[in-house]
Amino acid sequence: MRQLRIIPDRCTGCMQCELACSFVQTGTFQPSRSVIRVYVFDEQASYAPYTCFQCDEAWCMTACPVNAIALDPATGAKVVLDSVCVGCAVCTIACPYGTVFYNPDTHKAFKCDLCGGDPACVTACPTEAIAYVEMGQPDWLASWAQRVSTGVQALQEGGSA
Amino acid sequence: MMYGWTGTLLRVNLTTRQISKEPLREEWARDFIGGRGLGARYLFAEVDPQIDPLSPENKLIFATGPLTGTNASCGARYMVVTKGPLTNAITTSNSGGHWGPELKAAGYDLLIVEGRAATPCYLWIYDDRVEIRDAGHLWGKTVWEAEEHLRQELGVPDAIVASIGPAGEKLVRFACIMNDLHRAAGRSGVGAVMGSKQLKAIAVRGTGGVRLADPHAFFAAHWAMKVKLRESPVTSQGLPIYGTEVLVNVINEHGALPTRNHQQSVFERAEEISGERLTETRLVANKACFACTIACGRVTALPGEAAGKYMVTTHPHNWQIAGEGPEYEAAWALGAQCGIGDLDALIKANWLCNELGMDAISFGATVAAAMELYEKGAISLAQTEIPLTFGSAEALLVMAEKTAYREGFGHELAEGSKRMTEKFGRPELFMGVKGQEFAAYEARAIQGMGLGYATSNRGACHLKAYTVAAEILGLPRQMDPRATEGKAELTKLFQDATATVDATGLCQFLTFGIGLEEILPQLVAATGVQYTLEELLKIGERIWNLERWWNERAGLTGKDDTLPRRILEEPLPSGPAKGQVNRLGEMLPEYYRLRGWDAEGRITREKLQELGLV
Ligand code: SF4
Ligand code: SF4
Repeated sequence: MRQLRIIPDRCTGCMQCELACSFVQTGTFQPSRSVIRVYVFDEQASYAPYTCFQCDEAWCMTACPVNAIALDPATGAKVVLDSVCVGCAVCTIACPYGTVFYNPDTHKAFKCDLCGGDPACVTACPTEAIAYVEMGQPDWLASWAQRVSTGVQALQEGGSA
Repeated sequence: MMYGWTGTLLRVNLTTRQISKEPLREEWARDFIGGRGLGARYLFAEVDPQIDPLSPENKLIFATGPLTGTNASCGARYMVVTKGPLTNAITTSNSGGHWGPELKAAGYDLLIVEGRAATPCYLWIYDDRVEIRDAGHLWGKTVWEAEEHLRQELGVPDAIVASIGPAGEKLVRFACIMNDLHRAAGRSGVGAVMGSKQLKAIAVRGTGGVRLADPHAFFAAHWAMKVKLRESPVTSQGLPIYGTEVLVNVINEHGALPTRNHQQSVFERAEEISGERLTETRLVANKACFACTIACGRVTALPGEAAGKYMVTTHPHNWQIAGEGPEYEAAWALGAQCGIGDLDALIKANWLCNELGMDAISFGATVAAAMELYEKGAISLAQTEIPLTFGSAEALLVMAEKTAYREGFGHELAEGSKRMTEKFGRPELFMGVKGQEFAAYEARAIQGMGLGYATSNRGACHLKAYTVAAEILGLPRQMDPRATEGKAELTKLFQDATATVDATGLCQFLTFGIGLEEILPQLVAATGVQYTLEELLKIGERIWNLERWWNERAGLTGKDDTLPRRILEEPLPSGPAKGQVNRLGEMLPEYYRLRGWDAEGRITREKLQELGLV
């Protein structure tokens, strides 16, 4: 299954991804309706585009009281079904990454659906900071444990020296 | 329903505190597009050209174009149109970043600020909610402090702020309006006009969108343009890798880098302040304006020792973090023009200019003029308090602060080099046109630039007809920089085409890779107006003539289309262009003829009729 891979170091903060995404969502250029957001940290010269990870164990999906978030088997995307969504916004709170949004005009939740397998942000990005590629589902817990134990090890070595 | 344009104009009168929204004049939008054109049209209709630029009668117009806020590559610009206190002529100063698109997303093509507030204030625009708020607590703050403070105070982290620094508050004649910390509507003192209105800042948050007339055609044109930008070596490599600073070495090698107030045109330390050096040693990242696929912005940082090198009192903690620039023009004005080859000092001086809100070009050039006054004995150490010798980085940095706050000799610098050199009895040392200092191209080495500077409607400016493209870079075709033949035609063509680009909301750097042919289909698809290429050029010509006409009514004449004696009569002393002067006299009559003006440079009735201006 392909996923969005984001390389923040390449990002220049141009917002082409937000523009493209919002066009897909609304038919206008309206970055406030984009579900990929670029966070700008000027003083650190860093730009961090981020969007839904399409978690295996999607909290938004689990939280939704009316099962309005469904799995698209073709892409693995968790998709909001407009006809079912009652606009309670619980999913926006459940997502640990803050990548589900609430549209005050339509009273529905909205989030990244990978554009059905052809993400507009990827096409739009001039620096290839976003790619849509095959990547095994990362084991966040394992890599975290790895980092922590390396850190502990380093500390111990430092301490004994 | 309008496409491309939002169709709404926001008008704020600071005297009466009245806020109103008006429909955009559709026929004007059609005939002048937006940005520089539409802004000039409204100025023409509403502001008496004779007024004092710093009086409440002057208006400050912020104008976006129909492509601002779309995904058109580099659709980031807004234009500030007003009467400039440096030039007493119309000025059109343009800035990128994110402010213009945000204003558009809030629902406005134009914002017109009128009158003068009784006490310092700022504007808060959140979609259709617009408020004039007290800014007593912000007055005196630097641009960077004010931006940070406002976002916190408003509790809207996505708000985009355009503001003035101490320089604008103190009516420094070349103060600018800054947005996104480092982007500037830079020249001719638009920041002083804002300061005269007691308007510290305009914070905007817009959540709306820009509609397109024909999305399919728009995206097709967008892709074609993006591909072309990727194919052009300038927009795909030169600008992204080295930024505009890539020009330092190029222009220096042509003997066209004005040095020490135009006493020379080759700077022996150019290498040390070049884009190559900046990229190798001080560049942290590239930064793009909204929708820009070029990303020429330079994020720079100074390592520990370099950050502590020169005493700066305003805001020392900022030297520890990343800032932006310098761009080519700033590196030249602060560097070669002042004889300074210390890149770190230029980075600092440039940050200071941004932070304090003043135009680095006019500031650097004015310091250079003061240095020549000092070396020629027209001003003394008693007056300047610090030796103003060419090459002194310390003097540059100290004067940056003093100028912005109008302290000591900074008070004289704050008037710009024309008024300063006049005051000290050496007006011939002013290097500029119509009160505004030259940009980074020596007119004796590049003949066409001389004509461009002399005839520019907002005083000496490189952004109104960048003939350097043809004369040095060979775009679209190589022309001999030493020749005057064909330069009148070239200048007119560039002036008109540039005016059109400035009206669309796009960035001029695009035109290194593409032309009006590529912009046309995007403009048509966005607006639904069936413009043709001829029409676009006509619109550019219309804008140019309108600006000129307004200037005529402000009292400017053909006599103002001239260059300093040094440029016209003193041959360049050294370098590849040694022995040359600018031969303006060979170009100007032909230029007037091509423009359809009379021999004195007056616009004719026939021309105005042809352009639909009467
Ligand atoms: S919206 Fe949030 S919780 Fe749901 S799949 Fe995406 S990242 Fe996971
Ligand atoms: S399009 Fe690419 S470079 Fe531009 S903001 Fe998005 S991720 Fe960054």
